[in-house]
Amino acid sequence: MELNAKIPAGPMETKWEKHQFNVKLVNPANRRKYKVIVVGSGLAGGSAAATLGQLGYDVSCFCYQDSARRAHSIAAQGGINAAKNYQNDNDSVFRLFHDTIKGGDFRSREANVYRLAQVSAAVIDQCVALGVPFAREYGGCLANRSFGGAQVSRTFYARGQTGQQLLLGAYSALSVQVALGQVKMYPRHEMLELVVTDGHARGIVVRNMVTGEITSHAADAVVLGTGGYSNAYCLSTNAKGCNATAIWRAHRKGALFANPCFTQIHPTCIPAAGEHQSKLTLMSESLRNDGRIWVPKQAGDRRNAWDIPESDRDYYLERKYPSYGNLAPRDISSRAAKQVCDEGRGVGPGGRGVYLDFAEAIGRLGESVIRERYGNLFEMYEQITGENSYKQPMRIYPAMHYVMGGLWVDYNLMSNIDGLYVIGEANFSDHGANRLGASALMQGLADGYFILPCTIGDYLARVSPSDRLKTDHAAFRQAEQDVKDRTSRLLSADGTRTVDSFHRELGALLWNNCGMERNEKGLREAMAKIPLLREEFWRNVKVPGSAADFNQSLEKAGRVADFMELAELIVYDALDRDESCGAHFREEHQTADGEAARDDARFSFVSAWEFKGIGQRPALHKEPLVFEYLQLTQRSYK
Amino acid sequence: MKLTLKIWRQDGPSQKGGLAAYPMDDVSPDMSFLEVMDMLNEQLIARGERPIAFDHDCREGICGSCGFMISGEAHGPVKLTTTCQLFMRHFRDGDTIIAEPFRSRAFPIIKDLVVDRSALDKIVQAGGFISARTGSAPDANAMLIPKDKADRAMDAAACIGCGACVAVCPNGSAMLFTAAKIGHLGLLPQGQPERRQRALRMVNKMDELGFGACSNHGECEAVCPKGISIDFIACMNRDYMRASATETMEPVKRV
Ligand SMILES: Cc1cc2nc3c(=O)[nH]c(=O)nc-3n(C[C@H](O)[C@H](O)[C@H](O)COP(=O)(O)OP(=O)(O)OC[C@H]3O[C@@H](n4cnc5c(N)ncnc54)[C@H](O)[C@@H]3O)c2cc1C
Ligand code: SF4
Ligand code: FES
Repeated sequence: MELNAKIPAGPMETKWEKHQFNVKLVNPANRRKYKVIVVGSGLAGGSAAATLGQLGYDVSCFCYQDSARRAHSIAAQGGINAAKNYQNDNDSVFRLFHDTIKGGDFRSREANVYRLAQVSAAVIDQCVALGVPFAREYGGCLANRSFGGAQVSRTFYARGQTGQQLLLGAYSALSVQVALGQVKMYPRHEMLELVVTDGHARGIVVRNMVTGEITSHAADAVVLGTGGYSNAYCLSTNAKGCNATAIWRAHRKGALFANPCFTQIHPTCIPAAGEHQSKLTLMSESLRNDGRIWVPKQAGDRRNAWDIPESDRDYYLERKYPSYGNLAPRDISSRAAKQVCDEGRGVGPGGRGVYLDFAEAIGRLGESVIRERYGNLFEMYEQITGENSYKQPMRIYPAMHYVMGGLWVDYNLMSNIDGLYVIGEANFSDHGANRLGASALMQGLADGYFILPCTIGDYLARVSPSDRLKTDHAAFRQAEQDVKDRTSRLLSADGTRTVDSFHRELGALLWNNCGMERNEKGLREAMAKIPLLREEFWRNVKVPGSAADFNQSLEKAGRVADFMELAELIVYDALDRDESCGAHFREEHQTADGEAARDDARFSFVSAWEFKGIGQRPALHKEPLVFEYLQLTQRSYK
Repeated sequence: MKLTLKIWRQDGPSQKGGLAAYPMDDVSPDMSFLEVMDMLNEQLIARGERPIAFDHDCREGICGSCGFMISGEAHGPVKLTTTCQLFMRHFRDGDTIIAEPFRSRAFPIIKDLVVDRSALDKIVQAGGFISARTGSAPDANAMLIPKDKADRAMDAAACIGCGACVAVCPNGSAMLFTAAKIGHLGLLPQGQPERRQRALRMVNKMDELGFGACSNHGECEAVCPKGISIDFIACMNRDYMRASATETMEPVKRV
């Protein structure tokens, strides 16, 4: 298979503008004849559906929550990046581009990232116009904060609820289109199949989660904005319902899955409290602006934090990375935390934690400034742990958080299946092997507000609404039947183990063998165990209730079944990528001082995997990465 | 800890429901209320019984999915807390805890603790927005907004749309929810052009959907997990009166 990223020719600075001129346009009067399905109402899906509606397309939008406003983007805390240079600290489109490529350890496409940096400023403008109440300075201008992996202050924020405010902005724009009848919203509907004929995406099959009814929806193009698959690891910072089902079903229908092993572990999460733990809670990275990370110098030092004098503390990030200090990128900070805990210097129950200490900042700025900046995060921490972080340091530990991997897309955000677009966290495109903080929100909204609405027209202009399939077409019938068969297999297994118990076991296996640090032995072990677990799942799972009903156990079972297949692909990819880069740290490949050692000669490519059947080795296709503007260097945050 | 959970069980919208009691051992004070529900559901499934349906997603107090009445209080006994952020250390060993759905005329029950809150989306669709077409925005700093105004707008914008305010209101009113949106957008310069139409459309829609009127009980503010102030209701009423005196309601316009 020839992978064509369709990157426009010409200088980087003008590629996007030229491309916008070169794409075919759909006559405004004809747009209403085109049907577009958008799956997902998060920042990516919500902003895309709203904008496509404004342009005049006939849009249907689906989400699994009871309201579009509850998509998982709502939980993003810290902020959104944009190259505005409002702080006059030498930021620019080029610097944001540079930081993103470098942060991603040179495993992303230059042209996509440059465009993202270019569009970032308009994203902020749009959000403000929609009424997003970003933080402001006393003069009335927008305020900024710093985030990991950058030495400029380019992150816009709304207290610790940036994702919420951005999503409510997109949701309000979507609501206008719903009121006008331009977008039809289907909440509590889960996409369970993609329909493809002759290499074209034709529509989807969904389950109404209240009634259990299975229905088909046909369209001229299908957009997936269904978020990330961190929940394959069971315990993660993602919402409980986040899933891979939509992209996995598309993958099984031929869409290539790119860089599945690029999974990001967030350094600042609340440590797990026990076996009952159902999810992990992130403490925004923005806290690292004012919090200092440390552990005791001596292993086994069990004194209370406040009893440990300065001289017995190791501020290990400041020590190892003097210029970035506590703001070192996520992969580096996470691994450093694991290392000090492995040395026996971890704090809290089980020794799996490090301190994030605000005492110095409170002394310097006063408690009220800290409260103003992070009040709600401190409250959340106290609710969960019962501890007051104004008085004692927080305890944090890394947790599974975000996936850079996703469906492969070209410059137009179209997958290798014609008419199937993938946006937001669901695609693989912009963050390489490690995403910088505050860049996912930027990407989701850039994709949804600005990039997709432009590029999708180019495809639609080349197809005719009269070629749209009817939902009684054999391909839809077959897909519906497949969904029903799968559901009844899940319900009829009638085994002895709950879905949750399988999910926990799968998650632990991935976390231990394909988490922060990976090695060949562990990966081979996971590779051997996953198929056995999957086989047991289908034989021995117990899913109560019926298909024709509101049945949360059934929903969960379907998602975990897909994670069981995806997990194997993650491990294939991690084994195959015999180098370290960004968040993918192979123990066999590290520099003398323990940093990721890339192997550009062998691995400067995107791994795009083709599905070959369950339990079959997927086929690898490579998209070479060419760097024309930035020089490949070893990342250094020292 | 040992606890007894009494939970509302109802098979579907038109079936009759009732409370069922479930004794629980081995509850840790560090568990969240929803983790206790997870544990109970695992046990029910193992026993071949139907697990309890309840909405939840983020479990971080921000998506607004979760929420039920816990021993008579929306989201439970702790102030400024959603159901998912309620931890068992706030209960005592031996307690009996009653969980019932958010009940209101405008929120039909779907199953057990799950209700249909789509009416809240309809209120927003009526006017809870600024009509700014993608691409039409000026530079974000072209419009200066005093910090206190922006902060106040953010106070109102923090609403998570959980519906607790509706569930505890003796009149089943959605005033606090609606006022939060009207307050958020009305405090900002961007929100001025549509301010009056917004108030007319949203308040009228609320009435049309079967939500009750406000008679200043203040229960809504007391249970709101995001601390939305009832002062916003007074502002909304002012906007609504002014709008009624000067304009007639118009349908939503294309952007
Ligand atoms: C706790 C947390 C904090 C974060 N903080 C930040 C931050 O400060 N800055 C930053 O840049 N990034 C942050 N991120 C990352 C960022 O929030 C996400 O990457 C981003 O919001 C994803 O947006 P999305 O639109 O792609 O997907 P989502 O918001 O996850 O939306 C997915 C949508 O798809 C729907 N969906 C999914 N599957 C199906 C299906 N099968 N059928 C139908 N519908 C489906 C869902 O209902 C939902 O509407 C954070 C992430 C987490 C977990
Ligand atoms: S106003 Fe408060 S109680 Fe009402 S929906 Fe919003 S957050 Fe919930
Ligand atoms: S589950 Fe999201 S607010 Fe409780």
